[in-house]
Amino acid sequence: MELILNQWDWYIAGPLLGLFVPLLLVLGNKLLGISSSFEHMCTVIIPRSRNIMSRYDHQKNSWKFYFVIGIFLGGFLANFMLSARTMHFLPEEYYSLTGYLKLFLGGILIGFGTRYADGCTAGHTITGLALLNPASLAATVTFFISGLLFTFISVYLIT
Amino acid sequence: MTNLIFIVLGTAFGVILTKSDVISWFRIRKMFLLEEPYMYLVIGSAILTGIISVQLLKKFGIVARGGEQLNLKGKAYHRGFIFGSLFFGIGWSITGACPGPVFAQVGAGEHAALFTLGGALIGAFLYHLLRDKLPH
Repeated sequence: MELILNQWDWYIAGPLLGLFVPLLLVLGNKLLGISSSFEHMCTVIIPRSRNIMSRYDHQKNSWKFYFVIGIFLGGFLANFMLSARTMHFLPEEYYSLTGYLKLFLGGILIGFGTRYADGCTAGHTITGLALLNPASLAATVTFFISGLLFTFISVYLIT
Repeated sequence: MTNLIFIVLGTAFGVILTKSDVISWFRIRKMFLLEEPYMYLVIGSAILTGIISVQLLKKFGIVARGGEQLNLKGKAYHRGFIFGSLFFGIGWSITGACPGPVFAQVGAGEHAALFTLGGALIGAFLYHLLRDKLPH
């Protein structure tokens, strides 16, 4: 029990996350990907947005909507029922007006960027690399370098 | 029925992301500042497991439940893979979340992550709005 309640180390989490590639393929013939769920949520919240998002393949990606509902439930279960003590995942400072604004702007970059790039850490880094797709390697290298440079600049140059 | 499978799988995915601290802003910060190898080990071992799994599925000619041929086609490259990823990397650094973890953060009680999620939905919509004007 204690093993479950404590934090899980990388050698447990990494391989388990990677196993979702074959699991989703065998159980549903789906390629693991998450960022298209943003598009799906838009069309669920505002049905008329489908007109503008006409090139979004609703049928093909609808399973991701259910998958992310699961991720939400999993976050709740893990932190409130399967942990010895409740953990925090965001810095205290983000609970302020400027913090909300930063998260919101960051969120826009995530939504816009991942859809423009046709994938994220799930679709490109885990699935794309599992398929040995060079295009996904290009995307992965780019968002890692971009994040790294931005973090270094914001931490060491701006502060 | 099929949708229930995806909710169950998603729940397991969310539990793993949360229990291993992958959804933590602090871990992402340390990853980008190269202060600890933790996230690289998580992601690296996930990739390796994925590669080996796909090779095994191919080698043994495994088919999907229902007998369908497995869909193993990678995404086709366009310039957005680079331009879009530049934006995403910055958003990832600011929020400490990529598209999966943001849902787990909200579920785990980090209400501020709702701002990340709201932004992400608007960002995805913006992409479709501007799509025809962007280089691909």
